[in-house]
Amino acid sequence: MRNMSIFLLSAAAIVLAGMTPAGAAWQPQKPIEFVATAGPGGGTDNLARAVQNIITKYKLTDQPIVVVNKGGGSGAEGYVYGKASAGDPHKVIFGTSNAWQQPLVSKVAFNYIDLTPIAAMAQDEFLLWVKQDSPYKTAGDYLKAAAANEFKMGGAQSKDTDEVLTRMIEKVGHVKLTYIPFKSGAEAAVQLAGGHIDSHVNNPSESLGQWRGGTQRPLCAFSPKRLPQGTKITATEGWSDVPTCVEQGLDIAQYEQPRTVWLPGKVTPEQAAFYVDLMKKVQATPEWKDYIEKTSQVDTFLTGDALDKFIKQDLEHLKQVASEQGWLIK
Amino acid sequence: MENLQELLHGFNIAITMPHLALMVIGVLLGILVGVLPGLGAPNGVSLLLPLTFGMQPVSAIILLSSMYWGALFGGSVTSILFNIPGEPSSVATTFDGYPMARDGRPTTALATAFGSAAFGALVGVILITFLASWVAEVALAFGPPEYFAVYFLAFASFVGMGGAAPIKTVVALGIGFAIAAIGIDTVSGSVRLTMGVDELVKGVNFVVAVMGLFGIGELLVAVEEEFHARAVSSKIDWREVFRAVGRLPRHSVALLRSAAIGCWMGITPGGPTAASFMSYGIARRFSRRGRYFGTGEVEGIISPETADHAAGTSALLPMLSLGIPGSATAAVMMGGLMIWGLNPGPMLFVDQKDFVWGLIASMYVGNIVAVVLVLLTVPVFAALMRIPFVVIAPLIVIICVVGAYSVSNSYLDVVMMMGFGIVGYLFKKLFYPLAPLVLAIVIGDKAEDAFRQSMLMSKGSLGIFFANRLVTCLVVAGIVLLLLPLALQLGRMLLRKPALPGDPTTSQEKVII
Repeated sequence: MRNMSIFLLSAAAIVLAGMTPAGAAWQPQKPIEFVATAGPGGGTDNLARAVQNIITKYKLTDQPIVVVNKGGGSGAEGYVYGKASAGDPHKVIFGTSNAWQQPLVSKVAFNYIDLTPIAAMAQDEFLLWVKQDSPYKTAGDYLKAAAANEFKMGGAQSKDTDEVLTRMIEKVGHVKLTYIPFKSGAEAAVQLAGGHIDSHVNNPSESLGQWRGGTQRPLCAFSPKRLPQGTKITATEGWSDVPTCVEQGLDIAQYEQPRTVWLPGKVTPEQAAFYVDLMKKVQATPEWKDYIEKTSQVDTFLTGDALDKFIKQDLEHLKQVASEQGWLIK
Repeated sequence: MENLQELLHGFNIAITMPHLALMVIGVLLGILVGVLPGLGAPNGVSLLLPLTFGMQPVSAIILLSSMYWGALFGGSVTSILFNIPGEPSSVATTFDGYPMARDGRPTTALATAFGSAAFGALVGVILITFLASWVAEVALAFGPPEYFAVYFLAFASFVGMGGAAPIKTVVALGIGFAIAAIGIDTVSGSVRLTMGVDELVKGVNFVVAVMGLFGIGELLVAVEEEFHARAVSSKIDWREVFRAVGRLPRHSVALLRSAAIGCWMGITPGGPTAASFMSYGIARRFSRRGRYFGTGEVEGIISPETADHAAGTSALLPMLSLGIPGSATAAVMMGGLMIWGLNPGPMLFVDQKDFVWGLIASMYVGNIVAVVLVLLTVPVFAALMRIPFVVIAPLIVIICVVGAYSVSNSYLDVVMMMGFGIVGYLFKKLFYPLAPLVLAIVIGDKAEDAFRQSMLMSKGSLGIFFANRLVTCLVVAGIVLLLLPLALQLGRMLLRKPALPGDPTTSQEKVII
C-alpha cells in the first residue's frame, strides 16, 4: 500500500513537472539509449531491461528507451563507448564495480573518472559454494581441507570481483587456491555441479537453480549479517538460513558488488540530476521490489557524495589486493 | 514411458488454438528477422521479449522459440541466395547452397535445405524426449579438458577431411586464431592485439567477419569475372519444392549420419557451428560424389543443415536443465525465463513440468508449422534470383553494411567488414580455404580458454587430456582424424600404388571448402 502511494505521489510529481514552464528542469529531448555493459541475459542486462520496463510502464519520461548490449571485453566495450559519447545526456551506462576495477588491472582505454556517476542501485551478495555431496559442513571444514590439498576455485573472469574475493579468502584463511577463470558465474556453477572444480563464490541468482536442484549448496555468505528472509529455496532452507562467513571463522565481514549507473562525461549537473531523480522513482515502484526479490539482491541507493565515498573506499581496498598479487598495470 | 506420458500432456498444452496462433505469428516474425539484414534471431527475440511479460510462461516460450525456429530457417535463405550467412552455424550451408542457387536451381536448394533442417530438428527433439535425464548427465561430465577435446575434434576433422592443401588449411586456421584472440583474454584478463584501436577491446564479431568474407568477398570475385552479368533464369515451379523434398529419402545415409553428428555435438557442448562444419567435412570424405562438393551438391546442403538443426535443438536441453545458454538467442530466452519467475536448472524438470513438456511438445509442432510456412515461401524467395546482378550487387553491399553496422552501432565494424571483404577476395584468388578461418574465429577463443583452464587445473601437465576414458577417446579420435590423410598417403606409397589418376575437380572448386 505504501509503495502504491509513493508511486502515485511520484506519478503526480511527474505530471506537475511536465506542466511547469519550460526551463525549470532539464528533460531528455531525444530517445534514450541504455547501454548494458554485459551480453543479453547477464545480470547487468537484466537490470537495464528491468529499469526500462518500469520507466515505460509508468511513463516516467516522454522519450522512448532502447537497451543496447555492449558487453565485449568484460564490459570495457560499453564503458569505452560511454567515454566516447562525452557530453551526450541521452546515453545511460549500466555496469558494476568493474568501471573502476578493470582500469586498475588491465590496459583498457577508459577510467571511471571519464564518466559521470549517477547511482549504485543494488548490491549483489557473494557466497561460498561447494558441491552438494562434499563432506564440508562449514566454512571451517572447507578451510581445513583446503589447507591439506590445494583446491580449485572457479569464478567469472580474471582479476575481477570473483578472483579478488578468492585471494582475500587465501589470505584470511591461510590457504592456497588455484583460481580457474570462466566466462561467467553460470559456467562456473555447471563446472562445480560436474565436480570439475571444488568451489566458487557466485552471487545468489547465479546459483539459485543449482541449489534448488541439489547439485551444490552455500556454506556461508560474505555479508555482515544474514541475508534477508525470503521464500524457502530448498525444502528446508532459504537464504536467511545461510550463516555469515564471520560466524564460521572465515573473517571477511563484507564483500558486495554494486550495480552502477553512469552518464558519459561532460554532462551538466541538471542533466545528471534528472537521471538521479528518474532512478529514485524507479526504485519506488513495486516492480522494482519484485525484481530485487527475484534476483536475490540487496536494495540500496547510493548517489552523490555517498557514492563517491563508496567508490574511493572500494578502490583503496582493490589497490591493496591488486598490488599484493602484482596485478597493477604499470 | 513416463516421459511419453508427460509428452502427451505437453501436446495437450501445445495444441490449443491460441498456442497454434502464437506459433504461426512467431514463425512468420522469425522468418522476417532471419531474412532482413542485420536483425537476426537474438535481436528479434529481445525485441519481442517485453511483449511476453504479461503472458503465461509456457505461451511466452512457445512464441519466442517459434520465432527462433523461423529465424533459423530464414537465416538459411540469405546463405543460399546471397552467400551471406546470418548465423555462424549456417556458414557451411553456403558452400553448396550458393553455387546451386547461382546455377539456376534456387528452388531445389532452398527446399532441400528446409527439408533436411526439419529432419534434423525432429531427430533432435526425439532425442530430448527419450533421453532427457541421460543427456543432462552427459553434459555435466564436461570439464575444461573435455571441452577442449571436443573443439580439437572439430578442428581436426576439418584439417583431415577438408579439401584444400593441409598446409593452407593450417595457415587459415592460424589467421583465424589470431583474429579470435583480439580483445580481452578471459584467462589473464589482459587486453590483446587491439593495435591501439580502443574499440577493438570488444573483439571481432562473427557477423562482421562473415559478411565481409562471404558477401563482399564473393561479390568482388564476381565483379572481376563478370560471371553474374546475366540474370539467372530460375524456373519457379511449385512442384519442384515437393520434388526436392521427396528426393530427400534417397540421401538417407547422409541424413542419418548428419543427424547423429548434430545430436552428439549438441549434447556435448560443441554446438551447432562445430556440428555443421564437421558434418560437411565428413560428408565430403565419405560421399561418393565428394569430389563435386562445393559446386552445388545436394548432399553438401543436406549434411550441414541437418547437423545444424539437430545440434541446435538438442542443445536446448542442457540449457534448460543446467542453465548454460548455448547461443546468444538462448541467453536472451534465459533472461526471459528469469523475468517470468522460472529458474533454469535441474529443478525446472521437477517443478515446472507443464512448462518443460509444453515447450518440448511445441518443438514438434512448431517445427512442423515452421517447415510448412517456409516451404510455402520458397517460390517467393527463389524469384529474387531473377533480379539481374547489376541490381542485386548494390543490394548485397547495402545488406552487408547495414548488417555490420547494426551489430553494435559502430562504424568501425563497417570498416572491418570491408577489410574482411578484401581478405575473402584474396583467399579465393590464392586458393586458401575460408571455412577453417571462420571456424577458428568462432570457436578459437573458446578452445583457447578451455586449453588454458585445463593447464591451470593440471599445473601444466598434458596428462589431463588422457585422465579419463571420455577425454581420452575424444582426443584420440581427434588425432586419428588429423593424421588420416597422412596415413592414407603413406599407405598408398608403401603399397606402391600409383597416385590416383588426375583429379577431375579443378583447384578452384577444391578450395571452396
